Amino acid sequence: MTWSATARGAQQPDNTAFTQQRLPAWQPLLSASIALPLFFCAGLAFIGLGLGLYYTSNSIKELEYDYTGSLDTGNCSACAEADQDGAPPPNCSCALNFSLPEFFQGPVYFYYELSNFYQNNRRYSVSCDNAQLSGFPSALRQPVNDCAPYQYGAAGLPIAPCGAIANSLFNDSFSLWHELPPSGPYVEVPLDRTGIAWWTDNHVKFRNPPLVNGSLALAFSGTAAPPSWPRPVYELSPDPNNTGFVNQDFVVWMRTAALPTFRKLYARIRQGNYSAGLPRGNYSVHVTYNYPVRAFHGRKLVVFSSISWMGGKNPFLGIAYLVVGSLCILTGFVMLVVYIRYQDQDDEDDSDD
Amino acid sequence: MGRMIITQQMEEIVRPLGPESLLLRGARLKNTKEIFGVAIYTGMETKMALNYKSKSQKRSAVEKSMNTFLIIYLIILILEAIISTILKYTWQAEEKWDEPWYNQKTEHQRNSSKILRFISDFLAFLVLYNFIIPISLYVTVEMQKFLGSFFIGWDLDLYHEESDQKAQVNTSDLNEELGQVEYVFTDKTGTLTENEMHFRECSINGIKYREINGRLLLEGPTPDSSEGDLSYPSSLSHLNNLTHLTTSSSFRTSPENETELIKEHDLFFKAVSLCHTVQISSVQTDGIGDGPWQSNLAPSPLEYYASSPDEKALVEAAARIGVVFIGNSEETMEVKTLGKLERYKLLHILEFDSDRRRMSVIVQAPSGEKFLFAKGAESSILPKCIGGEIEKTRIHVDEFALKGLRTLCIAYRQLTSKEYEEINRCLFEARTALQQREEKLADAFQVVEKDLTLLGATAVEDRLQDKVRETIEALRMAGIKVWVLTGDKHETAVSVSLSCGHFHRTMNILELINQKSDSECAEQLRQLARRITEDHVIQHGLVVDGTSLSLALREHEKLFMEVCRNCSAVLCCRMAPLQKAKVIRLIKISPEKPITLAVGDGANDVSMIQEAHVGIGIMGKEGRQAARNSDYAIARFKFLSKLLFVHGHFYYIRIATLVQYFFYKNVCFITPQFLYQFYCLFSQQTLYDSVYLTLYNICFTSLPILIYSLLEQHIDPHVLQSKPTLYRDISKNHLLSIKTFLYWTILGFSHAFIFFFGSYFLIGKDISLLGNGQMFGNWTFGTLVFTVMVITVTVKMALETHFWTWINHLVTWGSIIFYFVFSLFYGGILWPFLGSQNMYFVFIQLLSSGSAWFAIIIMVVTCLFLDVVKKVFDRQLHPTSTQKAQLTETNSGIKCLDSMCCFPEGETACASIGRMLERVIGRCSPTHVSRSWSASDPFYTNDRSILTLSTMDSSTC
Repeated sequence: MTWSATARGAQQPDNTAFTQQRLPAWQPLLSASIALPLFFCAGLAFIGLGLGLYYTSNSIKELEYDYTGSLDTGNCSACAEADQDGAPPPNCSCALNFSLPEFFQGPVYFYYELSNFYQNNRRYSVSCDNAQLSGFPSALRQPVNDCAPYQYGAAGLPIAPCGAIANSLFNDSFSLWHELPPSGPYVEVPLDRTGIAWWTDNHVKFRNPPLVNGSLALAFSGTAAPPSWPRPVYELSPDPNNTGFVNQDFVVWMRTAALPTFRKLYARIRQGNYSAGLPRGNYSVHVTYNYPVRAFHGRKLVVFSSISWMGGKNPFLGIAYLVVGSLCILTGFVMLVVYIRYQDQDDEDDSDD
Repeated sequence: MGRMIITQQMEEIVRPLGPESLLLRGARLKNTKEIFGVAIYTGMETKMALNYKSKSQKRSAVEKSMNTFLIIYLIILILEAIISTILKYTWQAEEKWDEPWYNQKTEHQRNSSKILRFISDFLAFLVLYNFIIPISLYVTVEMQKFLGSFFIGWDLDLYHEESDQKAQVNTSDLNEELGQVEYVFTDKTGTLTENEMHFRECSINGIKYREINGRLLLEGPTPDSSEGDLSYPSSLSHLNNLTHLTTSSSFRTSPENETELIKEHDLFFKAVSLCHTVQISSVQTDGIGDGPWQSNLAPSPLEYYASSPDEKALVEAAARIGVVFIGNSEETMEVKTLGKLERYKLLHILEFDSDRRRMSVIVQAPSGEKFLFAKGAESSILPKCIGGEIEKTRIHVDEFALKGLRTLCIAYRQLTSKEYEEINRCLFEARTALQQREEKLADAFQVVEKDLTLLGATAVEDRLQDKVRETIEALRMAGIKVWVLTGDKHETAVSVSLSCGHFHRTMNILELINQKSDSECAEQLRQLARRITEDHVIQHGLVVDGTSLSLALREHEKLFMEVCRNCSAVLCCRMAPLQKAKVIRLIKISPEKPITLAVGDGANDVSMIQEAHVGIGIMGKEGRQAARNSDYAIARFKFLSKLLFVHGHFYYIRIATLVQYFFYKNVCFITPQFLYQFYCLFSQQTLYDSVYLTLYNICFTSLPILIYSLLEQHIDPHVLQSKPTLYRDISKNHLLSIKTFLYWTILGFSHAFIFFFGSYFLIGKDISLLGNGQMFGNWTFGTLVFTVMVITVTVKMALETHFWTWINHLVTWGSIIFYFVFSLFYGGILWPFLGSQNMYFVFIQLLSSGSAWFAIIIMVVTCLFLDVVKKVFDRQLHPTSTQKAQLTETNSGIKCLDSMCCFPEGETACASIGRMLERVIGRCSPTHVSRSWSASDPFYTNDRSILTLSTMDSSTC
């Protein structure tokens, strides 16, 4: 029996704060008296922030021009008509004219927008080979199976870059022209095509395979260009630092978009006379219309947008802050009324007792 | 069953072999050095192994509702998968969506059979959404139960200092069930009482005596003596004699005194000291093993061991009076009467059994006369008596019982040698019978135990345990119905019930006893039911005895249950062990399916402990059988209140929140994934990276809830214990009701919608969110949703937490910080062994966007806004009594910062931090903040009001 236990208190539990569940603790209560000031403060703060965000967003200018072209009217309709049976004739070009009634505060960013294009489709978005794009020569010749059916070309040569994403590289090109003196000749607005991709993507994640005899073309020998491409990957740009896998247009395209309607940065306008923005006047966008979108009811747009610290024009954030802020204050008032009313009742209850 | 034939010196001795010669596995040898035996079975069906198995079958109500929820989620999962599959094929009916020019299929994909594709798509969706089934919930629940159960064993309030026993947890599966108890079934002896018997009174030959310090004193004017019923003159004379003796010298101090005890006394005490199964161990007491009785028996080095404390008390009392049982060797029993040694030859022991409720011995006196001494319950002895003061003794026995004393009657029978021969043969035949031995033995005992002469009755007191009344009162206040199940007789049981507060004076006590027939019983039951409905103002108590109970249960179960449910206290007396279990099973399967708890200390309580939802063993004097077979073992009945009201309440709150929260956070997790399918043509594109998918439940959100479920105390434990009514707030599995479950699930879905659509509208027509005009991709979108989710889900946990220790601070804020650090690290490197580099620099780009930060803040706030509003309004408009108690509770005034920097090690750890801070900031002097817990608490059992950490360093940083 326990009387014969060897020593008194051998079984006695430790008397520590932890074992006795007595750790010092802060015990907050979410009562109305705390919540009320909190709601009012948060509400006011949010409304303030919301107004700020809303005005910041409002100060951003954005211009969109659809150049898909329909069968009868609109810009680039001729090219669109040619698009009917699959791909438009190569180098169908058209122009898109617009005028700016006032100065467009810069720096101006030039985007293209596609709609109904599912870059986030699973089969599409996995269809690329990261090792190949990192420039590993072994992966260059043996693309992963995910790339199928864009894994090997018709002649059995491995495709570089393989996969559906690369194959569907957006290949319309644009140039912007400004009617310098009103109704005078158009001068080309310089477009800065650098800095459009993430620096890390362009410099770390995407690498060209090691040069063979100083030539990128030789490094890619034994591979085929993606079937939709008119020229091989090493001829994407005449600039040796912007060709192959590190071509910025290509890198931008390879970062698949989250939603079926998406924009990609095409160029920045920040050179010469246009570094401060686009002056008022007439402009023309010359489009080399190559990319077929009619098959999937897609639209193509060019977008000019100025950028603030918070990015492009997006009134959502400001509105959300304003709505939540006002809700907070509204709830605060309701709570105040309830609080006062029930406080009285409680007092009565207490006095009844 | 069998017999054993021993050949000893050419002589055949036949001995019976029966269940009583069987030692069960796990038995320990005592009082003898060695025995010879044969192992007959060692497998999985020994009693020990069987008991071991049956224990793990109990499942708590929480677990059951958890499984229900799981099925609901399984249905949601399958529904989501089916909807996705169907929508996918509706979409795919048009080729422009199924296979646009930019996203061609391979030949293989085109040619695979449609049905196969359909099935594989369905399975792919199942895999995609399977995180909605919180598999990690089970792991966490097991961990919580295992780790959490240590707190019971560690609790000093459940530690019994006198016996050096702490609470024992035999299963951790039922912790939360302690918070759900609706019925408590308790044994009386050893559970409500100390099971420490003290001989108090006796009635010898119709005269009542009280024992005080080894002397028998005539009890004051008893009704029968005042009536002048002095039909027994010798009793008077011997009384004078006795008083003379006791005043001059006690029996013990003058053993040489030639005065003989008068014959009846002599015979009575001889019977007491012969008719028993007490063992003697004459170990030298060396201070450690001093039993409480030894002080009374100072000069004697004898220690009595008995399986029944009553017997021990009786033998000790006889020794005090002067009839000392010295020991039994071989077949003789030695008794020292007033210093004179007498040897009795022990001829037969007719063992005690619960059917006969008596035992007897047949001894041969030194004079050669043979006696049968019988001892047993009055109901089993008195009918067998033909001589002695039967009527008076019966009255006395009832009087004793009314005082709550345990009574036994003693009788004897003198046997002639012819009778003895007959008996001897009869017993021997029965004992060695191979068939129907038990029946034959019972018959033989019937024959032997008859024509007895009544000697008297003994009354033994079993003191109530400490604080039993308060505990029972608290249980009742908590809405728990207390049933006392005892083998004692009706009067004893009722008086103990009254004295321990189980019944109280204002209660209307209904009786269902001594029912002989079915119809009578039914009639009585109907009458009781009517009485209950007639006056429902008064509380009712019900007394049932074993035989009436078995009648009531056989035919009128429903009626009986109806009556029982309306009684706040039920007392069942004269119960057989199996009946106890049967009563519990009946309550268990009644329509409300209440949660039952059984408390007991002896081997006879094991069946009821195992039957009840929660079995509590009292580590008492009747061995450890009950404690071993129980789910929880405690040293004293009073510990039950802390075990239920504090531990049970905490565990229930903790695990209920744990379960709900797990379902909630997985809904939050996977619903955006489902919503995203609407925007990616149901192509099973994942929103989150696979590493995030894996780590969400393992790393990012697991610790805060685990720590919460171990440490949460929504109210101070003292408040819980002093206000048992708070226990009602969680009864009937309240926190896991369908309503609460729906609330959490809807909360989860709405949060998921806020994360997803918040991010969706933020991206809008995929505008740039970066200051340099560059674009995000799908992984950044997913990471934004994921980041908002991790923060929201963690802060939601923080909102649920009422008890912020430094550990809570560490894991809550630590989880969020860990997520950020991990993501920065994970996205900062091109991992050579990972196939996809999708996440490279995604998180860093996300954080470099001002809009993303603002969006994260507004989404987290919006998610929690609804919840906070609901909490505040609930508290304001319909506060539960728990919430009211939280308000009145005297907050220890520990500030948020204090709780963070005060380590449990107290001064040392904190001082070092203080010093460090001092060095860094140059100020911040540590001041002592004294905190003490109310020592005036009525339930404060252990004297440790000031804990080691009561004065504590708190750096005023």
